[in-house]
Amino acid sequence: MATKRVRLTFEPDLIKEPVIYRLGREFALVTNIRMADVDESVGWVVLELEGKPAEIERGLGWARELGVRVDDATLGDVVEG
Amino acid sequence: MSYESALRCRECGREYPLDPIFSCEFCFGPLEVDYDYEAIGAVISRESIAAGPPTLWRYAELLPCDPAFRVDIGTGYTPLLRARRLGEALGLERLWLKNDTVNPSWSFKDRVVSVAISRARQFGFEAMACASTGNLANSVAAHAASAGMEAFVFIPDDLEQGKVVGSAIYAPTLVMVEGSYDDVNRLCTELSGTHRWAFVNINVRPYYAEGSRTLAYEVAEQLGWRAPDHAVVPMASGSLFTKIWKGFQEFARLGLIEEPQTRMSGAQAAGCSPITTAYREGSLNFVPQKPDTIARSLAIGNPADGYYALKTMEETGGGAEMASDPEIVEGVKLLAETEGIFTESAGGVTVACLKRMVESGHIRPDEETVVFITGAGLKTVEAVAEETAEPLRIPADASAFDEALAARLAVVAGVTSEGS
Repeated sequence: MATKRVRLTFEPDLIKEPVIYRLGREFALVTNIRMADVDESVGWVVLELEGKPAEIERGLGWARELGVRVDDATLGDVVEG
Repeated sequence: MSYESALRCRECGREYPLDPIFSCEFCFGPLEVDYDYEAIGAVISRESIAAGPPTLWRYAELLPCDPAFRVDIGTGYTPLLRARRLGEALGLERLWLKNDTVNPSWSFKDRVVSVAISRARQFGFEAMACASTGNLANSVAAHAASAGMEAFVFIPDDLEQGKVVGSAIYAPTLVMVEGSYDDVNRLCTELSGTHRWAFVNINVRPYYAEGSRTLAYEVAEQLGWRAPDHAVVPMASGSLFTKIWKGFQEFARLGLIEEPQTRMSGAQAAGCSPITTAYREGSLNFVPQKPDTIARSLAIGNPADGYYALKTMEETGGGAEMASDPEIVEGVKLLAETEGIFTESAGGVTVACLKRMVESGHIRPDEETVVFITGAGLKTVEAVAEETAEPLRIPADASAFDEALAARLAVVAGVTSEGS
C-alpha cells in the first residue's frame, strides 16, 4: 500500500462531477480530503489517496483524461529555473 | 557550529528534527528551519559580518549548516548598483539593482545550492540531484564538481543550448527528458522517492530555500544597514520573494537594522502568472497554470510558495505585476542599454514589471526601490538575438567604414524624424 497527496483542480464544467466519489468507488482507493475550495468559477481539492501504487496511477490517469488537472500537493512543481 | 534548532511546519507549527524531510506529516504544510536567534544575537554584529569572507558565508551564523561542511565557490556578496539611467528612464529617483548575474554559475541559484549541498554533505549524502529548466541545473553541476560529489541533473529536452552546455561542462549525469513540462515534473517527483540522493529542491528543500535570505542581508548591509522602501523580485515558486522578506525581518530581530517597512512586490511573465493572477483577483489561493513563456526560469505553473508570497504582499502593502513576452524582451534591452547589464529573460520580466508598477502609480517616484536581477543574459541569447541591431559589415577599408557609418546615421535620423 502507498499514499499519495495530490491537488486536483477542476475547471467550471467539471465542478458538478462527483470525481472523488468515483475515485473511491471505481478504483481500489481510499480518498481523504485534506483541504478544498470550490466556487462557481474554479475548484481545487487537496486529497490523500491510499492504495496500491499502480491503482493510484490508474485512478489519477482516469481523472486527467476527464480533464482534471493533477498536481503534487505538497511540493508544487519540482522543475525549477 | 550551526545555530539551526529544528524544522517547523509553516502551517500548524509542529516541530520536527533536522532531517532531510520537507513536509508536515499532519497537515502537509512545508517545513522551515528554525534558529536559536538568542544565541546568534550573542555572536553576530555589523563588525563581525563585515570581517567575514566576501561571499554569502559572511552570514554563516544564519545559515542552516555547520560551516565546516561548506561548499564555497565564491557565491554571493554581489554588487548593489545605483541605477541612475534606468531610474531616469522610468521616473524613479532612487533605484538600485542587486546584480546577481555575477555569481559563479551566473544566477542567484548559486546561493540556494551552496547552502543545500553543504547541508547535504553534513547529512552524509554522496550525490546531488535536481530537475531544472537551466539555472538550478548549472549551479548544482558546478557545486557538485567542486565538492567532488556525483550529480544527477534532469532537464527538458528543448532547453536553450547555453543552459545545456552550462551544465554539461561540469560533467554531471545530464538527463534530457522527453515530454511536456508536466511529464518532467511527474518523473522527477517519482525518482525523488526511490533514490537516495539529495534532491536540492525536494528532500533538502527547507535548507536550500534558506540560502535566498542572503540577498536581503547583503542589500541591507550594502545600503548602510537599512532596508529599502520597496523591493521588486521575480517570482517562480515564490520562495525567493518570501525569503527576502524573512531576511529583512531577521536582521531587524537581531538589531542589525531598524524594523523594515519594505513593500514587497513580485514580477511574473504573463505566460506563467498564477501568483499575479491570484493577487489581481484578491485571492490568496492561486490556480495552477501550464507555463508558456520565453522566461523559462520563471515557468513554475504550480508554485510551492505561491500562497506565502500572496500573504507577504498583503502584509507589506506590496503587489504583483505580469509582463508579456514582447515586454520581457524590451525589459532585457532597456536594462542593457541604460545600465550595461545583460540579464536573462527573467530579469526582463522584473524590469518590465517594475516599469508597469511605476506607470500605474504602485511605486511612487520617491520610493527607494531595489530590483533583483537574478540571472545573466548569455544563458538565453535566443530570446533577444533577433532584437539587436545588425552590425555594419564592411571590407577592411577606412572609406568603406565612413560610408557605412553615414548610411547607418541616415537611417537612424530617418527613423527619428518619422517618429517625431
